[in-house]
Amino acid sequence: MTTNNLHYFHKMIYNLIPEKSRVLDLGCGDGALLAALSTGKNTKGYGVEIDIANVKVCVANGLSVYQGNLIEALREFGTKRFDVVILSQTLQEVYDPIPVLEEMLRVGKKVIVTFPNFGHWKVRLQLLLSGSSPRTKQLPYEWYNTPNIRVITINDFRSLCKAHHIRVLDQAPLIKPKWLQILIKPFSNLVSKKGLFILQR
Amino acid sequence: MAHTHTAFEGKNALKLESGQTLGPITQCYTTFGSLNATKSNAILVCHALTGDADADIWWKTLIGPGKAVDTNRYFIVCANVIGGCKGSTGPSSINPETDQPYGSDFPVITIGDMVNAQYNLMEHLNIPYWLSVIGGSMGGMQALEWAASYPDKVRSCIPLAATAQVSPTAIAFDAIGRSAISSDPNFNKGHFYGKAIPQKGLATARMIAHITYLSEQSIDSKFGRKLQDKSEYGYHFDTDFQIESYLKYQGDKFVDRFDANTYLYLTKAISYFDMPRKYGSLEKAFSATQAKFLVIAITTDWLYTPAQSKEFVKSLIRLDKEVTYAEMDSMNGHDAFLLEQPDLTDLVQLFLEKLNDN
Repeated sequence: MTTNNLHYFHKMIYNLIPEKSRVLDLGCGDGALLAALSTGKNTKGYGVEIDIANVKVCVANGLSVYQGNLIEALREFGTKRFDVVILSQTLQEVYDPIPVLEEMLRVGKKVIVTFPNFGHWKVRLQLLLSGSSPRTKQLPYEWYNTPNIRVITINDFRSLCKAHHIRVLDQAPLIKPKWLQILIKPFSNLVSKKGLFILQR
Repeated sequence: MAHTHTAFEGKNALKLESGQTLGPITQCYTTFGSLNATKSNAILVCHALTGDADADIWWKTLIGPGKAVDTNRYFIVCANVIGGCKGSTGPSSINPETDQPYGSDFPVITIGDMVNAQYNLMEHLNIPYWLSVIGGSMGGMQALEWAASYPDKVRSCIPLAATAQVSPTAIAFDAIGRSAISSDPNFNKGHFYGKAIPQKGLATARMIAHITYLSEQSIDSKFGRKLQDKSEYGYHFDTDFQIESYLKYQGDKFVDRFDANTYLYLTKAISYFDMPRKYGSLEKAFSATQAKFLVIAITTDWLYTPAQSKEFVKSLIRLDKEVTYAEMDSMNGHDAFLLEQPDLTDLVQLFLEKLNDN
């Protein structure tokens, strides 16, 4: 598998992972990112995934995957066991995010978290104009059937990190092209559809 | 599928973990498919407590042409375990020293002994390594033991509904089964061959064990409190409930095909199975293995629980081994690994195909 098949935001994460890292991908889905990392960057590691259909795709790609929920899986891993722990586009589905983040920071030397940003201007505008819960291409659900039970903005996440003494090594807006990222970084909460944080403890 | 049972007569006696020796022994095995030119497609299938060498019959959901363990693609070997009663040397075999069946003179064997015997068979068949060792329940224990004791001979290991350390609860059920057999008036200290067999004891042992293969949910949904061929209680001690009748049928059917002494020896081997004890720890057991693992547990299995599978998965992860752990969502309890289970067969198929690619 090459990086050509990766989503843009997966490619951004891909670029952040050093060669030969030990990687844990929480909520790894079909394992596309792990597979690309393993071939392209010689990483080793595991995925955690609850959906058996996704587990099968991971197995078909030769990946090691643990079927289970995040917090239970995280407790199976030793302290600072991984160079990088990834939680991509899953945080908004987690009922109890604090223990998950704490466990991630325990097992990983670095943690990468991405989430859909509810602070994006389109979301704000929708709520303002229609008075209804925002629905976007990223989040096309109704309030009563959405798996995204946590409404997070980039600003909120930054406050959380501060309150829990989590070091933010970097934060990047997920936006194309790359030069624009640097330019709009200060306005991430308004213009970025997704938040990406690199954390450490 | 045509079955060719082959008897492999070992040349030397087998040194057992107990310190005793056995044999030279015979192992009855069946093969499916053919070994390729590079000898890289051999798969060992290990059977559970009451299984035999005919893997394509008792595991027809998994093994056969075009199936997950594809007989057109792999060379599949399955042997009756030592201590068994399906062609391999066991307590019902003739003891060369006495020209009588061994009976209780048969030495106590372990899962490790079964695996060592299978290793001799592997050498006899000129197989350099197993592409995979697959087994459920006691078969899964053998698969784990293979990975630990022959770390460079196993490319992959697929233990299903298994454990690396048999729990006291499982020991308890096996002990009651053995007690039922040994207290049968026909047991005669194990020397019952040619006479009346301890039929009732063996049937009772099977009935007890059968409960542990089911789950509360499956018993509820299959039988409930339904009565057998009646609508009112009989107010006697004959069979009233469907579950009673079912277990009785399972017990009676079993005595026609299984040896009571084999039941004693194999359940004892299971009770003794404790990898942390044998190797010092699970990490020590698996530290040298080169195998890639696919571990599958059944959600409602209370005999060898998902938690027990996770215990050795955790150790494999600690050792940085390649391991996938999956849980089959089934209400059928322990026995689910032998039943139609599309997710399970898909996983095994995809896992093996990926190995074969590399």
